[in-house]
Amino acid sequence: MKRKIREAIIEKSLFLAASTSIIIVMLITIFMFAEGIRALNFEFLFGMEWRPSGEKFGIFPIIVSTFIIGLGALGIAIGIGIPCAIFLSEYARDPIRSIIKSSVEMLVGIPSIVLGFFGLIVLVPLIRYNIGGLGESILAGWIILSIMTLPHIISISEDALRAVPNSFREGSIALGATTWQTTKDLIIPNAKSGILASIILGMGTAIGETMAVLMVIGNPNIPWIPQSIIEPVRVLTSTIVIEISYAVWGSMHQYSLFAIGIVLFAIVALLNIISRLIIKEEIRKRW
Amino acid sequence: MKIGKHITIAIILSIAIIIAGAYYYANMSINPKSTPTIPGAITTATTGLSGSLTVAGSTTVLPLNQEWARLMMEANPDLRISVSGGGSGHGVKSVGAGEVDIGASSRDVKSSEMESYPDIEPVAIAMDSIALVVHPSNPITDMSTEDIAKIYAGEITNFKEVGGPDMKIDVYTREEGSGTRSSFEEQVLEKAEITIFGGALVKPSNGEMRAAVAGNDRGFAYLSLGYLDGAIKPLTVDGVEPSIDNVKSGSYSISRKLYLITKGAPSDLEQAFIDFALSNDGQAVVTDGGFISVK
Repeated sequence: MKRKIREAIIEKSLFLAASTSIIIVMLITIFMFAEGIRALNFEFLFGMEWRPSGEKFGIFPIIVSTFIIGLGALGIAIGIGIPCAIFLSEYARDPIRSIIKSSVEMLVGIPSIVLGFFGLIVLVPLIRYNIGGLGESILAGWIILSIMTLPHIISISEDALRAVPNSFREGSIALGATTWQTTKDLIIPNAKSGILASIILGMGTAIGETMAVLMVIGNPNIPWIPQSIIEPVRVLTSTIVIEISYAVWGSMHQYSLFAIGIVLFAIVALLNIISRLIIKEEIRKRW
Repeated sequence: MKIGKHITIAIILSIAIIIAGAYYYANMSINPKSTPTIPGAITTATTGLSGSLTVAGSTTVLPLNQEWARLMMEANPDLRISVSGGGSGHGVKSVGAGEVDIGASSRDVKSSEMESYPDIEPVAIAMDSIALVVHPSNPITDMSTEDIAKIYAGEITNFKEVGGPDMKIDVYTREEGSGTRSSFEEQVLEKAEITIFGGALVKPSNGEMRAAVAGNDRGFAYLSLGYLDGAIKPLTVDGVEPSIDNVKSGSYSISRKLYLITKGAPSDLEQAFIDFALSNDGQAVVTDGGFISVK
């Protein structure tokens, strides 16, 4: 009897700890919606001019720029990260493996503002004098953001690939396949859901990242829809950071900034749902 | 050979630090100091004060606040003053909302702000001006107010249009809540009925404006007189140099007051801070910092 009670207590306590995350998400969502909902309307989402001093709160160019920066950086991170994960999992041997793994882990540890600072001092002049434009640009944002997203994609994809049982590899090699054939036709398809999970996480990072992008994308006075990758832009996160400290309490400006928060929340939630549906599809197709 | 992970991390970090050190020694340059400090100053600050004070707001007033706080804390070991920036808009809003004890502003309080926070009380503690700056390598030395306005309107886009080299002008501005920006707009742009164009990049503090121009030979920005140093070059406006004497005499047309703001009548601690700022030693900090005494 005593055992049963103790078990019940432990289970309830663990449940309580777990449910704090639900409570926190709910509280943040309620607060954000309460503050921001009154600024959310058609003109806000599709307006082309963001100029708070003139009471103009259109964030369409900012939304477009956020997607351009986020998805572009994600693309670069995937293009470098997944081959890196494959190399680490299927091909690399010590000491190369240790060195690369350590470097990736250190990359995670770099604070985003340090990376942003590095981008501002080194990357921005590089772009300004060798490629063109002001230096602070979409291109700079892509490079810095992909550096931030890379380690997430690499570690999770590598874990997913390593989780595929060794018996698969052994069987395939025994049948005469090369390492690449094994990887391409057997290992990767089996690790697909894990790799997709790493991409979802990367997407959340890319869209929600603030400090690193803030310092290198330019933040023009009145943002527009960019025509080339060397133009400066604003993203949803940088707009909030720049303006929240002086937005007058109770003004439309402040509500609009919270509405930007709602939009960010919605975008990340939407991307998560889409990815999860894709993963479900993949699992369904295999079994 | 399996290298332990920890050893690998240590080796990579050591190599990076050695390379960084070598680079630093090869390129040592003196960074001009801009924060005014008076070593071993005899301060007339009140002693025996204790408690804590928070000061926030204008980045123009920031170096003054930092130095006043330092001197007061030296004379009063039980006193804790924490100073931060954030811009004039942030300063007014924070003190009005009761989030900080003293707000700093480099512009007059707006009527809309007086409506939202009717009980705030600003006190002028210094005078300042705004300089237009370019990179030291830029041969331009003078500019008319009309040309400055046109550059910030986005109408003039190349330095050659104002007698300089053939290079695009990279325009920088402060954020909308900035007192420096408000003063600049009122005193330079409003005459020509110009609002700052969309393509100017936003740099949210005086320090970042300076760093932007110091690092970009095509840069063009406005900043507080107190932030001038060897890293950037101020222009003469309509032939007049932005010097303290010229601002005092009025021949340099841009000038403004710097304020410390309290919510309602100042508390004892707040009054002590303001009194120190207005004292002889406090005003010495003002003039040493490149600003203008209010007395």
